[in-house]
Amino acid sequence: MSETTIAVVDQPHGLAGTPAGVVPNLPAPGRAPLRRAGRLLGSGVRRIVAIAAFLALWQIAPTVGWVDRAFLSPLNEVLVTWWGLAVDGDLWTNIWASLHRSLAGFAIAISIAVPLGLLIAWYRAVAGVLSPLLAIFLNTAAVALLPVFTLILGIGDTSKIAIIAYACFWPVLYNTISGARDVDPLLIKSARSLGLPHIKLFTKVIVPAALPTIFTGIRLAGAGSMLVLITTEYVGAKAGLGYMIISAQFNFQIPEMYAGILTVSIIGVAFNYLLLFIESKVLRWRA
Amino acid sequence: MSTEIRIRNITKTFPARNSGALTALENISLDITAGEFLALVGPSGCGKSTLLDLIAGLTSPTSGELTIGGRPVTGPGLDRGVVFQQYALFPWRTAQANVEFGLEVKGVPRRRRAERAREMLALVGLTAFTDRYPHELSGGMRQRVAIARSLAYEPEVLLMDEPYAALDAQTREALQEDLLSIWRRTGTTVLFITHSIEEAVYLGQRVAVMTARPGRIKRIVDIELPDSGGGDPRSTPEFVRYRREIWELLHDEVRKAFETQGSGYVAGKAVAAGV
Repeated sequence: MSETTIAVVDQPHGLAGTPAGVVPNLPAPGRAPLRRAGRLLGSGVRRIVAIAAFLALWQIAPTVGWVDRAFLSPLNEVLVTWWGLAVDGDLWTNIWASLHRSLAGFAIAISIAVPLGLLIAWYRAVAGVLSPLLAIFLNTAAVALLPVFTLILGIGDTSKIAIIAYACFWPVLYNTISGARDVDPLLIKSARSLGLPHIKLFTKVIVPAALPTIFTGIRLAGAGSMLVLITTEYVGAKAGLGYMIISAQFNFQIPEMYAGILTVSIIGVAFNYLLLFIESKVLRWRA
Repeated sequence: MSTEIRIRNITKTFPARNSGALTALENISLDITAGEFLALVGPSGCGKSTLLDLIAGLTSPTSGELTIGGRPVTGPGLDRGVVFQQYALFPWRTAQANVEFGLEVKGVPRRRRAERAREMLALVGLTAFTDRYPHELSGGMRQRVAIARSLAYEPEVLLMDEPYAALDAQTREALQEDLLSIWRRTGTTVLFITHSIEEAVYLGQRVAVMTARPGRIKRIVDIELPDSGGGDPRSTPEFVRYRREIWELLHDEVRKAFETQGSGYVAGKAVAAGV
């Protein structure tokens, strides 16, 4: 999970990278578009090659007997099983059950953490006092509190959504506060020299300057929401991808188990790409 | 219409980390007449930027009196524009939107704002770059956007803190010429801080030389360069003579500053930069 995140995070910079010190984006004459297309194709091939090799290994290893098929089903079997689950609708029921939990928790966390973080950052002294405590919450694995949530809210959807929201809350809050606190003092000085009133300084300078850091928190929360989601569904659920995986394992339906894992992986990657896409639209001004 | 700046017996001290207080400026008096271009030079750490911050209203003096057009300075305002060395453009705004920033603060209607920003960008020769973000512009272009941003809301006073120090020689000369022609057209009062003697002599009608810390005004030199007939004024004998004169005024101060610069200097800078 985390490895996927890192690779995907790095990718847009690599594509848009321009040599430092050169004025970028000026119209370049001649064969530049062709060359760029070639480079894109090259980077496309490079990005696919490792994944293709991994999938090939997945197919070959159980087929030729490097690993026991009872523990690792070959890729083709997993895909056939996946297709069967997709056709009879089971898969979609589980995907929907999982998505609505994680998206609800994620959305609740963001809608509280961002405004609260900005508010805390506004009061510099408060932010300074709270920071160490926040660091503790941020670095305490959210699933460690799962029994607490179950104790208070039971094992239904409410407790699942609550703990996902809890897990997403801290990275967003922490990054919002540090983003708003660490705005380049020169920008603030420059805005202040215009006699900008305090509240406008906040909306016109501090919030936009903090946005990139806030988005980093949101992406961390996105990855965290999947992690916590699957864990809660392992422990007690009647539907969802985590439930699908763990019950397949209980019943020794190994291809079904891998079909579930594959789905989780695809959804995780897709979700991260979606967040990156939104980020690139909102932060168009970034290099 | 430009306004006179009167500085009377201004002293500014900062709390220092170890040794009580640090006197950045001591008993400074200086008049800048309306429409004048005054260049200010001094050894590093002498309080040039502190003086500019005071006039900008970003800090207030410990004692003394500071008026602009007869009104005491109580805080920042749109009657003054500040141009910083590191441009201080908002990276999330295009060149156009950066120039519009001050106009938004002033409450100029959107239409008029866009029009005015385009005019100002044309004035600094950036018509083709209105939709670029700062990271897409070279250092010289960014500084021109910053100047356009400060001029857009028509301040009576332009305060420039080593605006060209980070630029290469050719770009700097081009921007110096631009600035002079803009100044002649607008009649804005300009206070231009620099550590380049050549730049000060070339731009200023007067050059004020400051002492090492605590900063005081050591001497003000009137610059009267003859018409160089389209040639480079920097190569005229008068220019060379002024440069020599100011160099000699500065020389002792730079040595003094070098000898006394301890941790106090750094502490003062940190406080001055703080917001």
